[in-house]
Formats: sequence, C-alpha cells, structure tokens
Amino acid sequence: MLNSTGVVAAQRPWSRRWLTAVAGLALGVMTASAARAEDTIKVGILHSLSGTMAISETTLKDVVLMLIDQQNKKGGLLGKKLEAVVVDPASNWPLFAEKARELISKDHVSVVFGCWTSVSRKSVLPVFKELNNLLFYPVQYEGEESERNVIYTGAAPNQQAIPAVDYLASPDGGSVKRWVLEGTDYVYPRTTNKILEAYLRDVLKVAPEDIMINYTPFGFSDWQTEVSKIKAFGSAGKKTAVVSTINGDANVPFYKELGNQGIKATDIPVVAFSVGEEELAGLDTKPLVGHLAAWNYFESIKTPANEAFIKAWHEFIKNPKRTTNDPMEAHYIGFNMWVKAVEKAGTADPDKVIEALPGTRQANLTGGVSELLPNHHITKPVFIGEIRPDGQFDVVWKTKDLVPGAAWSPYIATSKNLIGDWVKLKCGNYNTVTKKCGGA
Amino acid sequence: MRFCRACLVALIVALCFAPGWETARAASVADAIAHFTADDFSETLTGIKAIASSGDPRAETILRALQDGQLQFSAERKAVYIKDNSGKLTDAATGQPISGDAPADTDNVRINNRLRGAIDAALGGLTLLAKSPATRYDAAQAVFKSRQASALPTLVAAIANEQDPKVKHAMQEARAAIILSGAASDQDKLAAVEIIRQRGDQDSLGLLASLPTNMSATVMKRVTAAINTIKNRLALWEAVQNAWYGISLGSVLLLAAIGLAITFGVMGVINMAHGEMVMLGAYVTFVVQDIIRANDPALFDYSLAIAIPASFLVAGGVGILIERCIIRFLYGRPLETLLATWGLSLILQQAVRTAFGPNNREVGNPSWMSGAVDVGGITITYNRLWIICFAIAVFIALLALLRFTRFGLEMRAVTQNRSMAASMGIRTSRVDALTFGLGSGVAGMAGVALSQIDNVSPNLGQGYIIDSFMVVVFGGVGNLWGTLVGSFVLGIANKFLEPYAGAVLGKIAILVLIILFIQKRPRGMFALKGRAIEA
Repeated sequence: MLNSTGVVAAQRPWSRRWLTAVAGLALGVMTASAARAEDTIKVGILHSLSGTMAISETTLKDVVLMLIDQQNKKGGLLGKKLEAVVVDPASNWPLFAEKARELISKDHVSVVFGCWTSVSRKSVLPVFKELNNLLFYPVQYEGEESERNVIYTGAAPNQQAIPAVDYLASPDGGSVKRWVLEGTDYVYPRTTNKILEAYLRDVLKVAPEDIMINYTPFGFSDWQTEVSKIKAFGSAGKKTAVVSTINGDANVPFYKELGNQGIKATDIPVVAFSVGEEELAGLDTKPLVGHLAAWNYFESIKTPANEAFIKAWHEFIKNPKRTTNDPMEAHYIGFNMWVKAVEKAGTADPDKVIEALPGTRQANLTGGVSELLPNHHITKPVFIGEIRPDGQFDVVWKTKDLVPGAAWSPYIATSKNLIGDWVKLKCGNYNTVTKKCGGA
Repeated sequence: MRFCRACLVALIVALCFAPGWETARAASVADAIAHFTADDFSETLTGIKAIASSGDPRAETILRALQDGQLQFSAERKAVYIKDNSGKLTDAATGQPISGDAPADTDNVRINNRLRGAIDAALGGLTLLAKSPATRYDAAQAVFKSRQASALPTLVAAIANEQDPKVKHAMQEARAAIILSGAASDQDKLAAVEIIRQRGDQDSLGLLASLPTNMSATVMKRVTAAINTIKNRLALWEAVQNAWYGISLGSVLLLAAIGLAITFGVMGVINMAHGEMVMLGAYVTFVVQDIIRANDPALFDYSLAIAIPASFLVAGGVGILIERCIIRFLYGRPLETLLATWGLSLILQQAVRTAFGPNNREVGNPSWMSGAVDVGGITITYNRLWIICFAIAVFIALLALLRFTRFGLEMRAVTQNRSMAASMGIRTSRVDALTFGLGSGVAGMAGVALSQIDNVSPNLGQGYIIDSFMVVVFGGVGNLWGTLVGSFVLGIANKFLEPYAGAVLGKIAILVLIILFIQKRPRGMFALKGRAIEA
C-alpha cells in the first residue's frame, strides 16, 4: 500500500513545491525568487504530506514555513532571505532517503527539518552522513543514537519515559506498584519498553510478575481482549498503571474501549508518550479525563512566549482552532538554534554550522532556556499533564530544572558505558570503559 | 417507619442546637474552602477532607463542582466560587450570588487523580443517605473502593434504613470491605470475607489480595480459600468473555465481508476498492452527524438511523458508477480488474483526504450505544451488542432479498447462467450494475457500524480489505452462509488465541491456519457445487 502511495505522490514534487512557494511563503519567497539564487539560504522540509503519517507531519511542515516567514520578516539571515524547499516523502520510508538526497544534491539546502518515525530517521541517516548535511529531528524517540549530522530536539527516554514512571511511582501519582507496558509493535516502543523494564526492575525494584508487556500491530482496532487483560492484571490488589507507547490511530479505539469498559483514571491511569493535543482533537475526551501524557510542552502552559507563539500560529494557519503540540515547540527551538549557530559561524555551510551548534542556548516556550549539548541532544523541562474535558492538558507535575537529554540509556547493558560527544571527543558512541570510539 | 423516626430525632437535635451550630459550621466550611485558593494539590486535599467532615449541607454541592471542574478561585480575594454552565459565579461557601463586580483573576481549582479519588471517597460518605437509590448505590460502590473507616458509622446507619435490596446489598459489601481493611474481631472478618467471596468480581479479588498478611490464621485461611474460589469463577467467565469477544469480532468481520461476498463471491469481481466503500459509508455518517449537530442537536440519537440508508445510497451509487465506467469492460479479466480496482481505491482515498483532510474525523456514539452492562462476570458494551444485532439484521435482509425478490431471482439467474438468463429476457448488464451497487451499498452500511468502533480516516478501508477476502475465501466463494460461518469461526478463533499468543502472533497464527485449511479445501468451507462454479 505504502509503496504505491509513494509512487503516486512522487510524481508531483514539482507542483507541490511551487504550490507551497506561492501559498506558504507569499512575500518572502517572491522577493527571494526575484533575486539571484545565491542570495537565498535554502531550508529543506522533509515531512510526509500524504499517507498514514500525514496526520501528524503536515502540521510540522506548516510550523517550519511559519518560522521561515517570521525570520524573513526580521530581515532574513546573514543578509540573505531564507527559502523553503518542501518535498513529500509520503510516509514511505525508502522515499525519505531519496527525497533527502534530492534536497541536498539537487536543491543544495543548508539544513533539513524533518522526519517523524524512527524508521524514517534511520532511513535518511546514511544520506546525511555521506553528503555531510544537517538534520533537525523534532520528535520524542527511543534514544540509543548520537550522530554528527543530526540534532535531536525531541525528548530522549530520560526526558519523557523515565520521569513519567517516577511520577506514577510517587504518592502524588498514586504510588503505582504494578505496571503494564502497552505498545505498538515497532522499534520505538520496543526500545523504550526495554529501557523502562530495566529501570523498573533495577531502580524501582519491581518484581517481574508485576510487569506485563504487550504489543499490538499498527492501526489495531479491536481492543476488547487487551483492555480486559489490563483490567484483570489490575485486580491483584496493587495500584496498577498503564504506560502506553501506542502510536498513531490505534490510540482512539484504545481509549474508547477503556471508557466503555469503565476503567477510570482513578482506578488504572494510563500515561501516554505519543498522545498530544493534535491526537485528542478527533476524540470525545470526556471519558478520558484524568489520563496522563508526558511531554516537554503543553499548549495550556501559560507563559508570554507560548501565548505569542500560539497567536502567531493561529494567524499563520488562519484557523483559531488549530492546536499546538510538543514537536512543534521542538522545531521552534531547533530552528532558532540553527539561526543562532549560522550567525555565530558567519556562514550557512552545514559543516561549519554543526561545529558552531553545541552550546547554543534558546529560550523555550515554557519559561526555561534550552541548551544544545555536545551529544546533539538538548536540555528540556518534563511535564506530566492530565487530560481535561476540553481536550487540553492540566500540568500536574514538572521537573524542577531542565533535564539534559541522554543519548545512551544507562539502564541497558549494551549502552550503559557509552556517551556521545561531538565537541571534544568527536564521537557519538565513545566507550568510557575501553576508552575507544565505536560502541560496546 | 424507622427512617422517619431517625429524621425526627435529627430535626429536633438540629432545632435545639441551630443557632450555635450554624456559625461553627459556616466557619469550618469557610476555613476548609480557603485551602482551595493555594493552587496546590496537597492543600486542596486538606480542603476536601475538611469539607467532607464539616457536616455542612453544601459539602456535596461544593465537592461535585470541584469534581466537574466548575469550582473557581480568586487568589487576590482569597475566595472560591462555583461557576455554572452559563458562566455565572456564586459564592461556594454560602451559595449566594456574588455581590459587586466579578473578580478578574479567577482560575479553575485544579485536581489530579489522587484528588479525584479523595473526592469520590468523600462524596461516597456524604451521599449514603441521599434520596435517589441510584446515588446511594454509587455511594456504596465508592465506599467499597475507598474503604475509609470514617464512613463506617454513616454506613451502618444507612444499612439500617435501606429499603432497596440491591442498594442494601452493595452497602453490606462496602461495610465488609471496611471491616476487612481495618481492625475488627475474627468473627466479623470471617463474615466479611464470606460477603466479599459472594460478590466474586475483579474488585473483590483486588480487595482480598491487598489485605494485610498479619491477620489471624483462621481469617487468612478463609481469605486464601475465597481468593481461589473467585479466581476459578473468573477463569470460567473468561472463557465466556472470549467467546463473546469472538462473536463481536465475528460480527465486524461479517459486516466488512458481506458486501464483498456479493461483489467477489457472487459476481467474481476481485474488488480491491471494497474497503473504500466501507470508508465512504463511515464518512457519510460523519457528514450526517455534522449536519445534525449544526441544525438540530436533539436528533443526534437518531443520526445512525439516518446515516444507514444515506450511506447505502451513496456507496451503492458510487458502486454502480464504478461498474458502469470501469468494471464492465473488464469482466473475465481478473488481473486487470484487480489492478484497476486497486488504483481506484488509492484515488478514492486521496479524494477523501483532499476533501476532508488527513486527520481523523470525530463520529460520536449516540447515547444508546455508549456504556456497558455487566452480565455475570463479563462486561458487555452496548456498541458491540448493537453491531452484532446490526450484522445479523443485514445478513437476514440480504438473504431475503436474494431469495424472495424478483431482483434476487434475476441476480441468481445471471450469475448461474448468463446466456440463458439473457435469452429469457433479463437485461444482464443492468443486473450486473445493480448487483455491484448492492454489494457496495452493503459495504457502505458496514461503514456506519465501523465508524462507531474505529477511526474515521481515509485509511479506514485498508484495515478491512484483507480480512474481508480472508473471510470470503475461507467461508466459500459464492455462498452467503459460508461468509456468516466463516466470519464467526475466524472471530472466535482469533479471540481465543489472542490472550495466549498476543495480538500480533494471534493474527499470524490465524493466517497460517487459513493457508493450511485452503490447501485441504481449496473452495472454502461451503463450496458451491455444480455448473455455477465453472462459469
């Protein structure tokens, strides 16, 4: 299915690009395309606009267009205008690599903002390494990676999964003693659950019989058996919680079934890592009140920066009902860090910008200042939100300080000795025991 | 009689102490409410406990407002208000409308799950003596869950006054739960264990499993025995539950496949765009609900009744159009049909994506399809129940159509022997178009049902196309009864495998079993015999 969608979409990058150039960039691009090509800095956008991931990624394309538009209104960068180059990889993983190559070799972009799923990131990685370009990846992911050509502005497991589990185990979260790790069957949930299982077992001293791990296929819709399994698991007399790495569409019937079987958040809370404001938009949220999500940003957080961002977003997208979410904020931070690094390097050449990026600081939308670390991850605050009846989140807990993103999990045997450092060590997987670069 | 006497006593007591009591009570509620203005969860918790123990008649109103997110506070004025649906503020402590202008800095008193639990427990204790039996029942259940020892005296009084046997039973269970969790004599505890054992559901199991292990040996022995009894009982119910889930999954498969049983099974057209007909039906439901929401929200509960014929007509119309424009040129060329209809399915998906956007569309459940009912040890959700009924109804209607109507007769005649039917004066091409339209229309109606349990997105159909072919091939091509039996067999087998193998492996196992079965019986369970299959 995906392949054919890809083929259909692959035939129209040209029309797509012109459409975006005309509609999305209005003023900025008009002056830019009138000028000579060397007078613009090209920014690649690699997000699926069709296929299964379009639901999440289209918004990210729009937010980067908005950020470019804002930067151009401020006078561009290094005296040049920014020019967006939008391609559609159509939720087709191999096509991501093809489109990335096209962006870098043919369009000569200086930076790419893109990808959502881990598999799409893995697919474009060799291209970025070979052609030595720069990718900003905005989505929370499973960690266990640190590459010179990628900046990870989303959360690593220690910036989302681990704090969420800590919260649930605390008295405020209900002193949970029994855990269900429920996920979609692919690389992100499997790796995250591996880390979580090790953390629960070794750090929180949870007995193996108090952990249940379940996987379901993508787009799973018949949750009856799974939910009654959770219900039965939760009736052992210990407070039980579900840690959900269920991704995409499958969340909607999952929450519906929870509501139908009468599992309330006060009985068995569900904390999700992939459910945000955007996903809740297509859902009757009343039965879900009290279920949790862990993110580094919520639309409901009241800060002047966030209010300004939401206002600008509504004006840009011309729809006051559109929500903002965590990966959008990640792009906001990443884009501004890139702008600062380009100014610092005095050039948009990716190789120089990569050298200039670590140490860059950028105020995030929730009141802190995020910093890009030598391992190419950033510092972020962690928030736990409870779903409100209106589909927004109430923040019920947050970390005191910003949490630095750890590329390698200390709880997994194969990665506990690894660190990533692109400043001094120039290595993404330096082994601190063997003192060698190159993994375990 | 006893209740009246209790009321009288209470009234007299209240009258005697009224003046002094009044001020003390107001002060205590005002003090309790002040905790809410701190915007801090542990302060709010203190406030909830204080209100629950204040004995104030407004306690229930305040706690319900807090539960529903209607309680507002003003940090500046140190005051708490209840905001009703029209946005009007009343003072929470007194229930009076606010004097002067409204405060500018009001914000919701925030609660988290821990506080929600505390509110449920507090409300449970407060509403044990409420007027409505349903409220009293809910209160008893809340106390059963919270096991708060402080609720015991009220509970004992409530049990003494209770007339409704169902509520009384629930209250006795709640009392048993409190007795078991707290300090009591062995004799009381043994009686309590017996009550909990008879209740016998998952909550009881949870209660017994969480009891402290320092009780006397006789009690512990009885508790262990009770746990085992409940576990055995639940294991039995689990089998029933798996069967029910299997029937439910079977009905979904039947709905998805029955349209295909006509287009593929009867006509022999490999229709890859079948799933998209289901998707169209789901989108028709969305449009119907959207129009109803905008024009006459009172009709919402009938939205599905309107959507069913509408989706039949829309999907059926699209089906006829497809048959007339594409498929009729491809009869007898299965490979080309397969490719053409597959391409068509992509076109339809992208068309819907362009028209409605890539995001999921919210299709609501009418009130009669929400919620669940407990039957013995299993939970039956209404939406699944109705879908089973609907699937069976569609099947019977289709069977009747084929058996008893002129169109059905013509349809069977054309599929059995085209040239003979044509020479008898049947317009075969018209029958072809209508048959394909019928199959598509039935798929559209399936979309209405599936919109209630699945996501309404452009990808909706993709998830069902493989399953549909699986059912039709397994059941026997060209036989509606085969489709019925096939879908229920596959549904039940899947649901019995799922608890042991997991959702992913269970599905794989089913596929492997079908492959093996098809090796043995290439024409499926109910193979058609005779000339029809040669045609």
